[in-house]
Amino acid sequence: MEKTYYDPSDLKKFGKIVEWDEELGNKFFEYYSAVFAEGALSAREKSLIALAVAHVIQCPYCIDAYTGDGLKRGISQEEMMEALHVGAAIRGGASLVHGVQMMNKYNKLSM
Amino acid sequence: MKSLQESKNELADTTKQLEILSSGPFADGDLPTFAKKLEMSKQFPLKPKAVEIFQVNMGYMCNQTCAHCHVDAGPDRKEIMSKETMELCLSVLQKSSAHTLDLTGGAPEMNPNFRWFVEEAVKLGVNDIIVRSNLTIILANKKYHDLPEFFAKNRLHVVSSLPYYKKDKTDKQRGEGVFDKSICALQMLNEQGYGKTVSLKLDLVYNPAGAFLPGDQFGLEQNFKKALKQDFGIDFNNLFTITNMPISRFLEYLLRTNNYEDYMYTLVEAYNPAAVKNVMCTNTLSVGWDGFLYDCDFNQMLNLKVAGKTKHISEYDEKLLNEREIILSQHCYGCTAGAGSSCQGAVV
Repeated sequence: MEKTYYDPSDLKKFGKIVEWDEELGNKFFEYYSAVFAEGALSAREKSLIALAVAHVIQCPYCIDAYTGDGLKRGISQEEMMEALHVGAAIRGGASLVHGVQMMNKYNKLSM
Repeated sequence: MKSLQESKNELADTTKQLEILSSGPFADGDLPTFAKKLEMSKQFPLKPKAVEIFQVNMGYMCNQTCAHCHVDAGPDRKEIMSKETMELCLSVLQKSSAHTLDLTGGAPEMNPNFRWFVEEAVKLGVNDIIVRSNLTIILANKKYHDLPEFFAKNRLHVVSSLPYYKKDKTDKQRGEGVFDKSICALQMLNEQGYGKTVSLKLDLVYNPAGAFLPGDQFGLEQNFKKALKQDFGIDFNNLFTITNMPISRFLEYLLRTNNYEDYMYTLVEAYNPAAVKNVMCTNTLSVGWDGFLYDCDFNQMLNLKVAGKTKHISEYDEKLLNEREIILSQHCYGCTAGAGSSCQGAVV
């Protein structure tokens, strides 16, 4: 057994997912490529969104992948960190906004 | 910062570099050697086409000591091309099919016979004369301040490294203060008309400031053009993206930061058979400061001389050279990754 759940070298093996289900695997990668292609949003903007989401969902593979992708695209560390704070703000805000539910419940139950 | 040679680093020995490039995942069979990869895509052996570019290394002396330099150039390097070797280059240029003379270094301008050599090449009517200028040399000493005028007068094509359009990344790779001086030099070149017309071409070279591959050349060019124009009023013609080769100082960096194996995996995974037919060794011949011939500037730095009988400019035989096989090692993956890489940027 591996000593850790995550092995950085597994990222390189992502493509092997198709080996156990070629049809669904290929459909996924085709969809993935289409999502990240130039569109109404540039591929550069999409890379920054992916980086922010990678942190929100705390996917170490995605963080490695989109930090590297950002460097390749010439995205600066300031841009990367700002994107990250957008993710962190939404995540923090999502926790905090539930406070309204708490307040509603508290008020309902209190005299 | 000292050169690897001056600091007596074991990587100053090219056999040590070649040993590293052939061991690890390549010896274990986890990664195919470059020759094997060419065989798999039915492109082995790699043979040259006619010589189009004659790339002359005028010496390893440089006013900068860049962290990624594949030449291991710097102020402490004393190897410099003699006037006699330049004369041999000129006589070869007269009879060669090459239409481009590409002057590189170190800082080629630091060779005391640089201007003489350029003027003689102009007299020969060489179509395109490229000078690979590090920019800061223009401001390094009073005697170099008129280089922009000299370049313009001789219609040289200026190709200059600028790893990023911001100070921090540029200075990290090329040394403290390099960005500000480079900007000033670019403005001086613009004043001469460089980068504003096609007749005075000013191209920039981007190479990644770290263990990653360059992104899309066109996209980066747009970013560079926008930022340099907006922040400093600078114009240039094209941006060339160049992949860092895992040799010399960049190899030392990769090993020191434990990035070497991942970088080699990245290069191999990005192998693009379509890039092979346009790699620069197929149309370029590299001449060392001492007149020895190489398939490319990288092979020169690994001391891998051309195969065959004509190994020196003094015994130049273009017909024989065109029949040779190109010498390969695993660093060649750097030229075939993604959109490919050459001294003229992406090749696909």
